[in-house]
Amino acid sequence: MPKAFLSIEALGVSFPGRTGANEVLANVNLQIDEGEFVSIIGHSGCGKSTLLNVVAGLVPITTGAVILDRSAIDAPGPDRAVVFQNHSLLPWLSVYENVRLAVDKVFASKKSRRERHEWAMENLALVQMTHAADKRPSEISGGMKQRVGIARALAIQPKVLLLDEPFGALDALTRARLQDSVMEIHAKLANTVLMITHDVDEAALLSDRIVMMTNGPAATIGEVLTVSLPRPRKRLELSADPTYLAARVAVLEFLYARQAA
Amino acid sequence: MSLPAQKFEIAGEVESPASLTPATATRRPTPGPSRATRVFAVVKAAAAGVLPPAAMLLVLLGLWQLLAGDGAGLPAPSMIWLESKDLILDPFFDNGGVDKGLFWHVTTSLSRVGVGFGLAAVVGIALGVLVGANLWAHRGLDPLFQVLRTVPPLAWLPISLAAFREAQPSALFVIFITSIWPIIINTAVGVRNLPADYVNVSRTLSLSPLEHFWKILLPATTPYIFTGLRIGIGMSWLAIVASEMLLGGVGVGFFIWDQYNSSRISDIVVALIWVGLVGFALDRAVALLGRLVSRGSALS
Repeated sequence: MPKAFLSIEALGVSFPGRTGANEVLANVNLQIDEGEFVSIIGHSGCGKSTLLNVVAGLVPITTGAVILDRSAIDAPGPDRAVVFQNHSLLPWLSVYENVRLAVDKVFASKKSRRERHEWAMENLALVQMTHAADKRPSEISGGMKQRVGIARALAIQPKVLLLDEPFGALDALTRARLQDSVMEIHAKLANTVLMITHDVDEAALLSDRIVMMTNGPAATIGEVLTVSLPRPRKRLELSADPTYLAARVAVLEFLYARQAA
Repeated sequence: MSLPAQKFEIAGEVESPASLTPATATRRPTPGPSRATRVFAVVKAAAAGVLPPAAMLLVLLGLWQLLAGDGAGLPAPSMIWLESKDLILDPFFDNGGVDKGLFWHVTTSLSRVGVGFGLAAVVGIALGVLVGANLWAHRGLDPLFQVLRTVPPLAWLPISLAAFREAQPSALFVIFITSIWPIIINTAVGVRNLPADYVNVSRTLSLSPLEHFWKILLPATTPYIFTGLRIGIGMSWLAIVASEMLLGGVGVGFFIWDQYNSSRISDIVVALIWVGLVGFALDRAVALLGRLVSRGSALS
């Protein structure tokens, strides 16, 4: 059997607690192909962020393994990039410098100074943020900060892009525009994406597959739904599409009938 | 001033020029006020800052003048002007020995503070980072710091005189030991409160410990460090005046003590005003430096 690009195998995560180990994730199995867009959805506290942090290398694995492109993950590394929910831009650096920091670190020996500058600008252009390159994070809106966060993540050319509820803190209109941007970028670069979300519409619109998690403790994957909608997807056309509506219903049914929090 | 416009941007996410116009419109409802109105606004703001303290000062001086009268004891403001006119008008004279203008005394004190405080800043930031970043250093050193920082500056002076046997290094040591505690403690708090987000950024980029220090830890801690430096410079200015009284030689503290021994109370009042103004300037200078270094945006 050919190995998947990103493979999560019998993963279990426990944190030491006051009354023995606190089991957060148990026996999580998930195979993701190169270029695939996979969303993970579940109620708050079900461990979906923990799962993403394990793939990022920020949380240690207790049992099982995570294998990315034939090598096991046990620490953070530039082959995976994370877009954090609260953008995590460094406030003392400009938008450009935030992206440049990542570019300089990852391409220090591979690109010349000039190439690194152009690469940082290219990634800012990809998220339509060149106009604010010299602004500080405090001077731009929440949606713009998240765009810069995405540019910083893309700039290191990760094998897998990890999005941790990237649009959770944004208003509906801004969120829709950013979702469209993410779809455009995914169409252009064909990245492998793993996204955490609690928004059913967002999951159905963006994903190739939706992974639904059971409630914790010892959460695991309850169901995986394939969203076989052709790309590019258009928000307006989809709103009445039977496949899209069926996917929404399936996820809603899982979350609120079978895993009611 | 720019707050309403910023709020608008967060809500609407200004990106295209088309959506930018309403934001600009709310910022400037009219084509711009005339020059006369703007000059008037600046004068008004300045007056609001300067007039109340100036008026209060006049009231206090008047009260002082009335209460002091002509008797002995504390001289009235008019008396001070008569007795210490030379000292007030010419701070730059130098008749050799310790008979110098106040400018030279203050400069000497300032240079001592500069050296002692400079050393305290370097050592304090280094120790603060260590105590903030390392749990065992924190457990071992923090209790000692908490006890030592409560020792009053002048209590260090006899020990320091016994150790160094000379006035100059003793004064420097007292400055150093007085101002180092707030620097250590604030730096350590800043390092311990390093947001987890920045640590995650550093970890996902696999920054080396050295890169982490220079690119994440130090800039993120800068506001805390400058809070410590600001408290420290204030305390060192308190300490220098007191320690110079005991050590003698040149310096504004010694000047005050010397004038007291010659019963020239008026000169002391003039020196106190200098001490106050210089201390105020030091505080503002460190605050300004902090704003420049953190580029005004480190706390956002």
